[in-house]
Amino acid sequence: MVVPAAKRPTVPEAAAAPALTPRLLTGWGRTAATLGYVSSPTSAQDVGRALGAAGSRGVVARGLGRSYGDPAQNAGGAVLDMTALTGIHRLDLEGRTVTVAAGTSLDALMRALVPSGLLLPVMPGTRLVSVGGAIAADVHGKNHHRDGGFADHVTSMVLMVPDGRRLVLTPDGTPDAFRATGGGMGLTGVILEATLRLLPIETSWISVDTERADDVDDLMERMAGSDHRYRYSVAWVDGTARRRGLGRAVLTRGDHAPIDALPASARRDPLRFDPKPLVGVPAGVPGWLLGAMATRAFNAGWYRKAPREEHARPRRMASFFHPLDAVANWNRLYGRRGFVQYQFVVPDGEEAALRGILERLAGYGHASFLTVLKRFGPGSGLLSFPIPGWTLAVDVPARPAGLGPLLDSFDRRVADAGGRVYLAKDGRMRPEAVSAMYPELERWRQIRAELDPGGLMRSDQARRLGLTDGPRLRASTGAVSR
Amino acid sequence: MKDAVGSVATVAVFGAASDIAGETVRLLASQGARDVVLAARKSERLEPLAAGLRTEWGTSVRMIEFDADAFDTHDAVVADAFRGRDVDLVLVAFGVLGDQSAAEQDGEAAIGVVQTNFVGAVSVLVPVAERMRAQGHGTIVVLSSVAGERGRASNFVYGSSKAGLDAFCQGLGDRLHGSGVTVTVVRPGFVMSKMTAGMSPRPLSASTEDVADAIVAAVRSGRETVWVPPTLRWVMSALRHVPRSAFRRLDL
Repeated sequence: MVVPAAKRPTVPEAAAAPALTPRLLTGWGRTAATLGYVSSPTSAQDVGRALGAAGSRGVVARGLGRSYGDPAQNAGGAVLDMTALTGIHRLDLEGRTVTVAAGTSLDALMRALVPSGLLLPVMPGTRLVSVGGAIAADVHGKNHHRDGGFADHVTSMVLMVPDGRRLVLTPDGTPDAFRATGGGMGLTGVILEATLRLLPIETSWISVDTERADDVDDLMERMAGSDHRYRYSVAWVDGTARRRGLGRAVLTRGDHAPIDALPASARRDPLRFDPKPLVGVPAGVPGWLLGAMATRAFNAGWYRKAPREEHARPRRMASFFHPLDAVANWNRLYGRRGFVQYQFVVPDGEEAALRGILERLAGYGHASFLTVLKRFGPGSGLLSFPIPGWTLAVDVPARPAGLGPLLDSFDRRVADAGGRVYLAKDGRMRPEAVSAMYPELERWRQIRAELDPGGLMRSDQARRLGLTDGPRLRASTGAVSR
Repeated sequence: MKDAVGSVATVAVFGAASDIAGETVRLLASQGARDVVLAARKSERLEPLAAGLRTEWGTSVRMIEFDADAFDTHDAVVADAFRGRDVDLVLVAFGVLGDQSAAEQDGEAAIGVVQTNFVGAVSVLVPVAERMRAQGHGTIVVLSSVAGERGRASNFVYGSSKAGLDAFCQGLGDRLHGSGVTVTVVRPGFVMSKMTAGMSPRPLSASTEDVADAIVAAVRSGRETVWVPPTLRWVMSALRHVPRSAFRRLDL
């Protein structure tokens, strides 16, 4: 169902906004909990009423809570839990598009689409994100170097702005609002539904080439040299290896497997897709479990167990795209204090900055458990994270006292290199860092202010980073380029 | 709010002229706190601290006039401290030691100590807690004292004022549990500062830097009870169980 722009929904006076439940919320990193008033709208009308009832602390939509930091929480204000607004509204098999409610998870969508031979063209590292969240963060997959980000495959979406209007946004019809919303961290309004372009697939398997790289230079050479030949490419890096082994990695690249590449047993049902979580992590796991020693041992073991070179091995999509989804609540492994994921991108030619950060991290007492390197192509949204170059993601426990200053110094290094840090993973950056990294921030602020003149859309991240501060130029503090 | 690594950006200090407060604010500014409100009586005394914060860390500093004994002004002062943005951390650091022997004979002197340390702090904490609850996050750090742990002949007027404050804050912290607001009670032992100038240091005494370090670490971790130095927890735990007849003979 698509309602044309400028048509106001009729909200009966008597209709009450959905009930509010106070809840302590955090992101996936389980840091910095704040209290928000959560409601679960089950219809667009509910969303309209919730927006109308929001107070001075504002409102933000929340999906499946997979942002690592604080973008999907709103201390003292309203939080719309969108996960009740689910379902496929329309599936166009010929045109290969699907129209879905924003709260639908990519997991549910894949389970519905893959058996029909269709796939989302961009697959983030977990299926447990909502479509609305995937657009708001403009998430990327292992194919960004070729296919762009999630929002690049949205042909249209319906955005409810705070005054209750439903706007139909398309890349060509409403380029400003579209580019401000894709990657806009939920601050332009509430995404109600989206139409996504789909990719035809013959099987639910990926044909994977695996190779090991001896160090970070070897790795980057291999990726720069031949990533363009693969649809999907990702390098798992041993973040604990130092000196001559710095950045040694297992590089896995592949493309969709044709049916004759499948093991015989799989050919009868080549589009089968029903992944299940293998194990779950209970609440209350102590944080020392993922201590420096365990991290080192795990990383060294992973590297050694990988084949030095392997060609065209068929792997199920779930294990190739979403290995961590097999471990339910893996974020609990970091204990009560939680963890921080730091992901940045630097442009081609700034490999030295990446190497420098990797070096500092490897020498740091609390090594990264999971370190991932990927290539990016150009991004599209005004606040979209990707720019052509190299992106590195690391996980570190939030505990050590020196972590803040260390990451602040990385922010400066990244900004100086013309790179940026991923807002969907951020829970700790400073306002001046974001201004230095995102050159279109002012433009985004202007468009955002037009969509939400009352400044109702708010999140903890927006407050922390001053994202929604008036569309004006902030005096530079010089703190980033210093 | 606190960020993912436990740092705070906005801080309000009541009793900012205290040595411990100054030390703590400098440490917080060095770690990224960029907006600080300093509240104290005769706030012009804070100028050197404010100037240091501005030049060294580029902190934005605002000084406001605050009299712990002028209870009827506290609502307005707290509202001023919270004006325009959230406050991530409130530090309640004011207090007077008083003259114990004078206070034993002069009712007004005793009332003065209790008024400032207990009534004044409660009067500030109630509106602070309300504002923090409304913003859905925050940390309140209150300076208590080991002297509040058990009444002693040598300083029971001061000690009882801190005992009252300590109990108030424990209950407040439990009341605010689940609201996103944390109340941290800091119990330093003997701290070498201008409050104790001229007194001879005791065993297990601490410096203002020790207290500041402990406060910042507690803010980071969300710890609710802090002893400075940490050994005092065990010492006081033992002393609590010493019979009165023996306790009163101890030279403490």
